[in-house]
Amino acid sequence: MKKKSNATPAMVFNTMPEAPQKKKFCRFKKNGIKYLDYKDANFLLKFVNDQGKVLPRRLTGTSLKYQRKVAQAIKRARHIAVLPFTGDSLK
Amino acid sequence: MTTKTKSKTTESVVLKDYESVIIFTPVLNDEQLKDAVAKYRKLITEDGGELVHEENWGLTKLAYPMQKKSTGFYILFEYRSKPDFISKFELAFRRDERIMRYLTVSLDKHAVIYNQRKRNGEFNQGKKDQKQEGAK
Repeated sequence: MKKKSNATPAMVFNTMPEAPQKKKFCRFKKNGIKYLDYKDANFLLKFVNDQGKVLPRRLTGTSLKYQRKVAQAIKRARHIAVLPFTGDSLK
Repeated sequence: MTTKTKSKTTESVVLKDYESVIIFTPVLNDEQLKDAVAKYRKLITEDGGELVHEENWGLTKLAYPMQKKSTGFYILFEYRSKPDFISKFELAFRRDERIMRYLTVSLDKHAVIYNQRKRNGEFNQGKKDQKQEGAK
């Protein structure tokens, strides 16, 4: 069980830095991104797990302001069938 | 006097930026699709709006089946129009059996800038690279 809990964060969000003690950052603030395109499925896939659920901020490091936008964009993308509502292995 | 100023203000209503994604059924042939798109293009311009951009994604695979179909024709309109035009526009969508689904979004200033830059081909590669670097 311990092993599993250690491995999951890296697996769920493998673009994050590997070292657990490294500080997380908000990629939107860091890169100066102000608008999230709901039509860009590849980018939004970074914020959902392989079932298609929205990942929590605690894993992605997104700030609250942009997490709201992420959630909104994902919901829009689902509506126009750019992202699935559910899925087994999206990645 | 008052009537004149009133009519002036109604004429110069501020146009807002909107974006509509429309999914047409894959049953249509090229000509039918063209007709349908032309109809909505006309609706926008007739009502005093201006079409900023139009995009045809072609026959695209859906992420999940919709009305028992797994593909659809995606059309994207970016336009400026009066706010009360949207309800008319969407009513036309709902009455049209060729449309499986639609989504209208009002664009904020960042979105307008983003769309402009996207059209000029400023990102795609550049932006994605940046993000991957940021993530590393």
